[in-house]
Amino acid sequence: MDFTYDDEQQALREAVRGLLKDAYGDHEARRQAVATDDGFDRALWGRLAEMGVLGLPFSEDDGGVGAGPVEIGIVCQELGRVLAPEPYLASVVHAGGLVAAVGSREQKADLLGRLSAGEVQLAAADTSPGGRWASRADGVRASVDGDTWTLDGVADPVVGGATADVLVVTAALPGDGAGTGVFVVDAAAVTRTGYAAADLTRAASVTFEASAATPLGEPGRDLTDSIATISDLTRIMGANQALGVMQSQVRATTDYLKSRKQFGVTLNTFQALTFRAADMYVELELAHSMVDWATMTIAGGDREVVADAADRVGLATARAGRHIGQEAIQLHGGIGMTAEYAVGVGTAHLEVLDQWLGNAHHHLTRLSSRVTDHELVEAV
Amino acid sequence: MQLELSPEDAEFRDRVREVFTTKVPQEIRDTVLEGRHLTRDQIVESQRALNAEGLAVPHWPVEWGGQDWTDLQRHLWHEEMQRAGVPIPLAFNASMIGPVLAQFGTEEQKQRFLPPTANLDIWWSQGFSEPDAGSDLASLRTAAVRDGDDWVVNGQKTWTTLGQYGDWIFTLVRTDPEVKKQAGISMLLIDMTTPGVEVRPIELIDGGHEVNEVWFSDVRVPGDLLVGEPGGGWTIAKFLLGNERVGVAPVGATKRALATLKTTAGDLMDDPLVRARVAELENELLALELTALRVVAHSSDGAPHPASSVLKLRGTVLQQAVSELALDLAGPASLAARAEDDSPQEGWARRTAPTYLNLRKASIYGGSNEIQRQIISRTILGL
Ligand SMILES: Cc1cc2nc3c(=O)[nH]c(=O)nc-3n(C[C@H](O)[C@H](O)[C@H](O)COP(=O)(O)OP(=O)(O)OC[C@H]3O[C@@H](n4cnc5c(N)ncnc54)[C@H](O)[C@@H]3O)c2cc1C
Repeated sequence: MDFTYDDEQQALREAVRGLLKDAYGDHEARRQAVATDDGFDRALWGRLAEMGVLGLPFSEDDGGVGAGPVEIGIVCQELGRVLAPEPYLASVVHAGGLVAAVGSREQKADLLGRLSAGEVQLAAADTSPGGRWASRADGVRASVDGDTWTLDGVADPVVGGATADVLVVTAALPGDGAGTGVFVVDAAAVTRTGYAAADLTRAASVTFEASAATPLGEPGRDLTDSIATISDLTRIMGANQALGVMQSQVRATTDYLKSRKQFGVTLNTFQALTFRAADMYVELELAHSMVDWATMTIAGGDREVVADAADRVGLATARAGRHIGQEAIQLHGGIGMTAEYAVGVGTAHLEVLDQWLGNAHHHLTRLSSRVTDHELVEAV
Repeated sequence: MQLELSPEDAEFRDRVREVFTTKVPQEIRDTVLEGRHLTRDQIVESQRALNAEGLAVPHWPVEWGGQDWTDLQRHLWHEEMQRAGVPIPLAFNASMIGPVLAQFGTEEQKQRFLPPTANLDIWWSQGFSEPDAGSDLASLRTAAVRDGDDWVVNGQKTWTTLGQYGDWIFTLVRTDPEVKKQAGISMLLIDMTTPGVEVRPIELIDGGHEVNEVWFSDVRVPGDLLVGEPGGGWTIAKFLLGNERVGVAPVGATKRALATLKTTAGDLMDDPLVRARVAELENELLALELTALRVVAHSSDGAPHPASSVLKLRGTVLQQAVSELALDLAGPASLAARAEDDSPQEGWARRTAPTYLNLRKASIYGGSNEIQRQIISRTILGL
C-alpha cells in the first residue's frame, strides 16, 4: 500500500504541466482555443503526441507507450488543472480504450498507432438522445447483409465527435437479445452537427443512415461487458480530471481571499469565509484519496472491482465538485460569474464531466443496489 | 502507487487480528460491538490483555514498550482493533500522558509512571479545560504556587472524562501569572487521592455520568511531579493535543457501527432511501479511511500532519451521522431509552437516542471542529 508517485511519474507530471502551462497558463488562451472551429488547439494535440501522451494507455505493439493507469491519471489531472479543452478523455481514454479492449490485432495496430501519433482523432458514440449511461446500445442499430455491416440511428452527445476522423460506435446487434457490438465508422461519411457544451468543450449529434461500419473484433459478438468496463475506466480518469479542476479552484479561492479587499481589509479577515475555504479543502483531500485509490484498483484487472471503484469515485468527486465548484464561485463574488475568469468555467467543466460520465445520482443508485452485498467496504 | 498490502503487512494484519480476537474476552468485545457501556474493570482488563501482547502502546518509544512499526502497520493495528470490538487503550494513558512523559519527562518520571501507565495500573485523567478556558485553553486560571520544594494548587478543572475512575490527573496550571499567558503555564501530575482534590459528577444529556468537575483546594504537589520546565506546559500541551487529534477519528469503529446497523435494520434495508443513506455513508467512510492512510504515509518524525485536522473534522461528523441514521431506523422504539431492562423494545433501538445525544460531544472535544477549521485555514491554506 503506497500512495506516493515515483520519480518517473513525477517527471511525467512536470513535463505535461510545463507543456500545458505554456498553452493554457493564461485562461485567455483557453478562451481563444474554445472559440476556434475545432474548439481546441491542434498544435498542442500534436505536441502531446510527440511527448507520447496520446499513446500512454496503449501497448507498444499497438504503437503506444504501454504506461499504467496512474500515468494516465496524472495526465488527466494536469489537463483538468488548466481546463484544457483537448478531447483526451473522449478520444484516447474512451474511444481508444474501446478499440484496445475489443479490436483485432490489426485494428488495434492501425487505429491506435495513428491515434498515438496524432494522425487521427477518435470519438466514442455510445449515448442516444435522452440516454443515461447505459452500456447496452438502444439508439443505434446494426444490420448485416452478407459481410457488410451498416448502422442506423442517432448518437448524442458524442464528445469530440465533430472533429473526430473515426467514430467508435456502440450499436444494438441484429436479432432480439443479441447484445451490443462496437463498430468503426468513417466520420466523414455520416451527418454530424457539432455544438459546444456549457464549458465550451465540444460534442456532436451524429446521425447514421445505412452508414457503412466495420465491426471491432469478432463480428456479431456481444461486447456489453467490455463497453461497461471501458466506461468505468473513463469514469475513473474523468475523476482524475475533476480532481485537477478542484485543486485549481481551491488554490484560486484561497489566493483570492488573501488579495481581495473589502471594508478596507482582505477577505481572509472574515472567519465566515476562511471556514468555508477550510471545508473546500476537506472535500478536496477526501476526493483526492478516492481518486488515487480508484486509479490504483485498475491495475488489479478485476472488472467488478473497477466497476465498484468507478461508482465510488464518481459519487465522491461529483459531491466534492458540487461543493467546491459552487463555493469557488460564491467566495469570488461577481468575478466568479464571468467567462473571463477560470474559476466559474471550472465549475461548468466539472458539471460536464459528471453529466457525461456519470453523476452522483447514477452512482449512488448503483451503490445502493449493492449495499447489502457486503458487510464492510474494504479499502485494501 | 500501489494498492495491495505487502505480504509482510498482510501477515502483520492477520497476526494482530488473531491477537485481538483471541486474547481480549468475547464479552468485552460484544459490549463494544453492540454499543453498550464498558465498566471500568472491562477497560482495565482489555488494556492489560493488549499490554501483555505488546499491543497497548505500540506508538511509544521501543524502550518503554513501543513497537518499531511503520505508520501503515500502526494504522492497521488501530483499524483491526476497532473492527474486532476491542476497546481502544485508554486515550489519557496511551495517547496523551504516555507519549508526553516519554518525550518530556525525567528519567525518574519515566521509570515511575510509564510501565503502570501502559498497563493501566494507573488510570489517568486529563485536567486541562476549565469553566472559562475551553477553546482558549491558554487562559486557564488554576494556580500553582511554589512552597519550598512543593507546589500548592488551587482552582477548578471541568469536563474531566471518567475522572471518577482517575488515580492520577495530568493538569495544566498557571505557575507564573506575570508573563504572557502561554508562557506562564506548566504541567503538573497530581495524585487524585491527595487531600484537597474533590471530584464532582456532571450529568450529560444522555443521562450518563461520563464527565466531572475536579476541584483543587490547597493541594500540595511535590516539585518532582512537574513535567519539563516551569513555564513549558504550553509546548507540552500542543504536542499532546496534536496527538489527540489523530486519535479521535474513529474510522474503524464507525465502519463497524454502520455494518452492525445494516444487520439490525432488518427489513428497513429494503427501503431505497435507507439503502442510499447507508451507501453514501459507506462511501464517505471509505474516503476518510483512505485519507487516513494517505496522510499517515506523509507524516514525518511522528508530528501530526496538518491534514490530520481533516480526519478529526470529517471523522466526527461521520460518527455522528451514523448515530443519526441509527436513531431514525429505531423510530418510536427509541423512546424507550430509559425503560427497564425487561422492555419489549430491542436493546439496540433503545440505545440510539442516548448515543446520538452523547456523540454530539465528538465535534466539541479534541479541539472543536471550528478550531480544526481554523487550523486548516491558517496552517494549511495560509489564510
Ligand atoms: C464530553 C466531553 C468530554 C470532555 N473531556 C475532557 C477531558 O477529559 N479533559 C479536558 O480537559 N477537557 C475535556 N473536555 C473539554 C473540551 O476540550 C472543551 O469542551 C472544548 O475545548 C471546547 O471548549 P468549551 O466547551 O469551553 O467551548 P467554547 O470554547 O466556549 O466554544 C463554544 C463554541 O464556540 C466555538 N469557538 C470557540 N472559539 C472559536 C474561535 N476562535 N473561532 C470560531 N469558533 C470558536 C466552539 O467551536 C464552540 O462551538 C470535554 C468536553 C466534553 C463535551
